[in-house]
Amino acid sequence: MVIKTALSKGRYYDSVTLMSVARQLSSSSGVSDAAAVMGTQSNKSILKASGLLVPLFETAGDTDLLIAVKAGTEALAATALARAEDLLKASKKVGAGSCEARPRSLEAALAALPGANMAVISVAGAYAAGEAMKCLEKGLHVMLFSDNVPLEAEIELKRFAAKKGLMVMGPDCGTAIINGAPLAFANVVSRGSIGIVSAAGTGLQETSCAVSNAGGGISQAIGTGGRDVKKEVGGIMFVEGLRALLHDDATKTVLLVSKPPHESVLRRIGAETRRARKPVVAVFMGADPKDVARLGVVPAVTLEEAALLAVGLSKGEKPEAVRERLALRSAELEKAAARESRGFAPGQRYLRALFSGGTFNAEAQVIFRALGVKAWSNAPVAPFAELPDSWKSREHSFVDLGEDEFTQGRPHPMIDFSVRNKRIVAEAEDPGTAVILLDVVLGHGSNMAPAADIVPALEKAFAAARKAKRRLAVVASVTGTQGDPQGKAGVEAALRKAGVLLQPSNAAASSLACGIVRRLSR
Amino acid sequence: MKDLFSKELKVVNMGIAGFHEALKSSGFASVQMDWRPPLTLPPQDRQVLGRKRPLIEKANKKAVDILLNGKPFLIGLEKALDVLPGMTKDSVFHAGPPIEWKRMCGPMRGAVMGALIYEGRAKTPEEAEELASSGVIKYGPCHEHSAVGPMAGIISPSMPVFVLENKESGNKAYGTMNEGLGKVLRYGAYAPEVIERLKWMEAVLYPALKKALAKTGPIDLKNIIAQALNMGDEVHNRNRAATSLLYRALAPALVRTSEPEIAAKVLEFVNSNDHFFLNLSMAASKAVLDPAAGVKNSSLVTVMARNGTDFGVRLSGTGDSWFTGPSPVPDALFFPGFTKEDANPDIGDSAITETGGLGGFAIAASPAIVQFVGGSSKDALDYTLQMYEITAAENGVYRIPSLDFRGTPTGIDCVKVVEKGILPFIDTGVAHKKPGIGQVGAGVVSAPPEPFEKAAAALAAKLRAAK
Repeated sequence: MVIKTALSKGRYYDSVTLMSVARQLSSSSGVSDAAAVMGTQSNKSILKASGLLVPLFETAGDTDLLIAVKAGTEALAATALARAEDLLKASKKVGAGSCEARPRSLEAALAALPGANMAVISVAGAYAAGEAMKCLEKGLHVMLFSDNVPLEAEIELKRFAAKKGLMVMGPDCGTAIINGAPLAFANVVSRGSIGIVSAAGTGLQETSCAVSNAGGGISQAIGTGGRDVKKEVGGIMFVEGLRALLHDDATKTVLLVSKPPHESVLRRIGAETRRARKPVVAVFMGADPKDVARLGVVPAVTLEEAALLAVGLSKGEKPEAVRERLALRSAELEKAAARESRGFAPGQRYLRALFSGGTFNAEAQVIFRALGVKAWSNAPVAPFAELPDSWKSREHSFVDLGEDEFTQGRPHPMIDFSVRNKRIVAEAEDPGTAVILLDVVLGHGSNMAPAADIVPALEKAFAAARKAKRRLAVVASVTGTQGDPQGKAGVEAALRKAGVLLQPSNAAASSLACGIVRRLSR
Repeated sequence: MKDLFSKELKVVNMGIAGFHEALKSSGFASVQMDWRPPLTLPPQDRQVLGRKRPLIEKANKKAVDILLNGKPFLIGLEKALDVLPGMTKDSVFHAGPPIEWKRMCGPMRGAVMGALIYEGRAKTPEEAEELASSGVIKYGPCHEHSAVGPMAGIISPSMPVFVLENKESGNKAYGTMNEGLGKVLRYGAYAPEVIERLKWMEAVLYPALKKALAKTGPIDLKNIIAQALNMGDEVHNRNRAATSLLYRALAPALVRTSEPEIAAKVLEFVNSNDHFFLNLSMAASKAVLDPAAGVKNSSLVTVMARNGTDFGVRLSGTGDSWFTGPSPVPDALFFPGFTKEDANPDIGDSAITETGGLGGFAIAASPAIVQFVGGSSKDALDYTLQMYEITAAENGVYRIPSLDFRGTPTGIDCVKVVEKGILPFIDTGVAHKKPGIGQVGAGVVSAPPEPFEKAAAALAAKLRAAK
């Protein structure tokens, strides 16, 4: 093995570009490993862990570009290194557009787009808060996609913004839809009268898609980032967003999505919802619906239920009517579970849930915990235990592949399926696995060819089970709409064809998966 | 929430370009920033520079007005030993920040050796090298002696120098005469023909030009530069128009003051060297920048210079200190037979033109040399437009036709450089890294971040101490 490296001082690329370059290099012939990163301390430690930290790199600073390739021969390594250069050059061209100006500073950007009122910031976390503050000072609302923003910085930004009547969505806000514009990882949904405030990124995507697919529409979908509803931030933007929707004439129904907010935040939410003049639906994933109902809102247990309740209420239906339809569907799912639980080998008992969306991981656990069986997760919902090793499932396991341990130096699993694909096959090879539960998330920013990327892994998984004379059930749902760049129907058809038990929502998929393993553990 | 929902959404996208593409394809207004990290600066320094911004702005206005109002005239020629402040028989002045013989790069060593042979202090390159490293020779930056020199920028005692006067402030500035392209002393060559040319310049060119200048009287260089910018020069990598204008100004006087054959030879020499004016555009920039030094609290850059090892910067508000970092290797077009492997890190005082709002800062004025910056005139425009983001003023006299005669971006504000992470853009020639070979290409280079980071930190320290 030969390692070849290059260091370019003062040459900056964003991490998404660099990860895509590294990924393409890694798949070149004869290359066993590749890295393209900026020379930050944390990136250097990643390089060190993979044995690519050459002495030359140790002196590199945050603004220096580091490229390393490990290949079979000197020539292959040199070719790969040359390819890196081409890929980087091409990346600048793609982003540049043919005749667009690309301003270097905020002042120049504002001169280029007079009246700009929203900044979408996805630069490295260390710089994100500073840039966000500059934007707020110029009177722009901010969507902060970046993660790794310190908590104190988040609080400072949000307090400052609230005082100025501005919005700070995030940090770590993956998606939002403002005035119909899809921001970051958003889906193409119908416009309408339902406004969403969500502290959960995938939760916002699932509910906005479910609303749209059920014939409703979205007025605004505001993301806040998951930390907003914790004690320290105090729900500043969750409450601001709620207030804005309550005052917005185009919004007739409000939908709140979050993990259970801190009680102080709940109080602030309740103060608004109790005097609201429009219906408010809330899904606080894992919270007791009775407690949630005390806020004067219509409680929902799952994202799907919340979305359907919002659509029903916006059409003047009673919540009971919506819940009745869902109860009928549950009965159907029970029948399907009974059917699908036949034919497993004696040792096959476990559910292995592999999610790209964090909210889905929580939702599936909330549904699973009704079974009263022990389970593990790298992001456990009470009362489940933390997986000692995220990379290895044990018994019933729920894995969020978007957690840090999986995304260091790699694109998010909604973009890059490679880590989960390997895991799908590994789970299929485990004699204990009966059911694999998956999500596939469409929309802007996500993987553009999800079916083509995941189907080969599913085929391998089914083949591995067949070879061991076992049955394998794969249950999945697709979050998206037909208007998304990937087109929901085509992706669903391809998954069905591959043998997936496809469900219309993560809630339904989780119920079916739980129904199957419940019968196996008897 | 301030009227967000009732207004058309217009997005500034900072980071992942895909988000911008998605908005555009959905029909929403969005602008993609070419975002780069700001330069490194301790938070407490950043804070004090932010808090004291009004003070800095005021100081910069004062400093940049001195720069803008400067009136550089070519008033004569003299021997370096006779006029350069601080020059002695043993002095050799060089480009860039201070440097000792043992840290000098190849081309600078070559030029020092050539200068010692030219001065008659050594007969062979070996003798010259021994003398150069003996400690007898006293080195100093041209910049600390009111002078500038391109590339190695070597000035030794018997070299003739142009004498410039800034009629506004009364200060003088000096520069050697340009030898031409190819195998020349400033690129580190010291072969016999190099020394011979220098001798001819001393014996023939110098007295002839001196006499002609006495006849013409002082020549207004600002006027020539302003015209040259309208004729396709940026007066750093392209000096064809300015050289022609100078030629027109000198020719009649030369013919009247020298024998016909000498006048012809001198005019041929000037005519054959498109860069003859470079040393004057440099000295003219030096003449107007020097008096802008020493303005308290000012973050205006008064010097950017390279010695082929270090890149050095001085600020108006930080006294005589140099702030240095490793000099980068330029992106260049190379002469046949040479590659980037042969290139020496960037060298020369010629970045004084950029410091004064010319050269790379005015590259939009020079479509003829856009092959250096990517081939299209739009690339050149973009570079100039970017430089407006880090400068304190727009020039009232130097103007760019293709930007509707907008004044060139003038007076680099070090704090803006650090905050925006936009580094000054410099046109440059490239020397071979070994002594004795000469020029191998020409191109462009971005200044390195370190000198600006250090300079900003030093200014921040002064501001903190002042309260």
